[in-house]
Amino acid sequence: MANTVVNPTRMELTRLKGKLKTAQRGHKLLKDKRDELMKQFLDTVRELRALRSQVEQDLMRAHSSFTVASALMSAQAMEQALMYPKQSVELTMTFQNIMSVNVPVYHYQTRTDDTGDIFPYGFAATSGELDAAVSALGEVFQNMLKLAETEKAAQLMAEEIEKTRRRVNALEYVVIPNTQENIRYITMKLDENDRSTTTRLMKVKDMLLAEALEERRAADDAAIRAFGGDPGDAAQI
Amino acid sequence: MANSYQIAVLGDKDSVMGFKALGLTVFPVDNVEDARHTLHRIAREDFAVVYLTEQLAAQMETDIARYKDELTPAIILIPGKEGSLGLGMANIKKSVERAVGADIL
Repeated sequence: MANTVVNPTRMELTRLKGKLKTAQRGHKLLKDKRDELMKQFLDTVRELRALRSQVEQDLMRAHSSFTVASALMSAQAMEQALMYPKQSVELTMTFQNIMSVNVPVYHYQTRTDDTGDIFPYGFAATSGELDAAVSALGEVFQNMLKLAETEKAAQLMAEEIEKTRRRVNALEYVVIPNTQENIRYITMKLDENDRSTTTRLMKVKDMLLAEALEERRAADDAAIRAFGGDPGDAAQI
Repeated sequence: MANSYQIAVLGDKDSVMGFKALGLTVFPVDNVEDARHTLHRIAREDFAVVYLTEQLAAQMETDIARYKDELTPAIILIPGKEGSLGLGMANIKKSVERAVGADIL
């Protein structure tokens, strides 16, 4: 990551190394989560498809019974017959946790338990087809509730999988490579600093040595001169 | 947290009338605009599941998408009286694509 500035210090290096470790750990965990979610999701979807086609078929059958019934009865009579329901449904919702996705589980409670006793009208004024239609609808209702549960679960899981997948990819292709790049940059910079320090020290040592040598030589020359010799001879010895 | 919720059925009158006999809360609507308003209104109330006919759903996709990631209500498409448009199946396909990135089924 060349576009942001990092301080090439040891402290920063330690911090980045910690970050890399966390990122790699997180990446592994999220990847596992994604795989498991995907497995569960595909199971749910398979179930959902079967359930949906079943429900759609059953509903169409119920609808066609209603069509027959409405052909035999006047619209007003039918509306009147269905106006005040005898049955009422109460739904309670609990949650099931699938890999940290909360999916709803529905439990329903009907006012009358007897499925044969759901007709809210007298039989005298209505046609038999309406009875058939209502009971067909009553049968399909259980599956419809199951369908709602499964479909919502699938939707929520799809959302969670998408999120997890994005996170995994962000870690895998952005965060981890960037951190590694930064660590490499800092390591190289620190190594370079080390080397430049070493060479500087070597250079200083050379300079000091040369100076000491010079001083020594000057002192020697002075001594030779004191004894009446020629300093040029000393260099030749 | 097991609160009690209700179930709503939203659609044209002929398609939803039968559900009334089952004790569900029925909202007959005549046009899409009406359906939209009703949907937003009941989404704020205690409805855990909203069954919506495909005929209406075809024209209010954005409204449905709003509740897709919410826990309640679960908007479930059902075929109306005129028959199935295949929208429900298409939605399953869509969520698979969303999760996997490709249609693999």
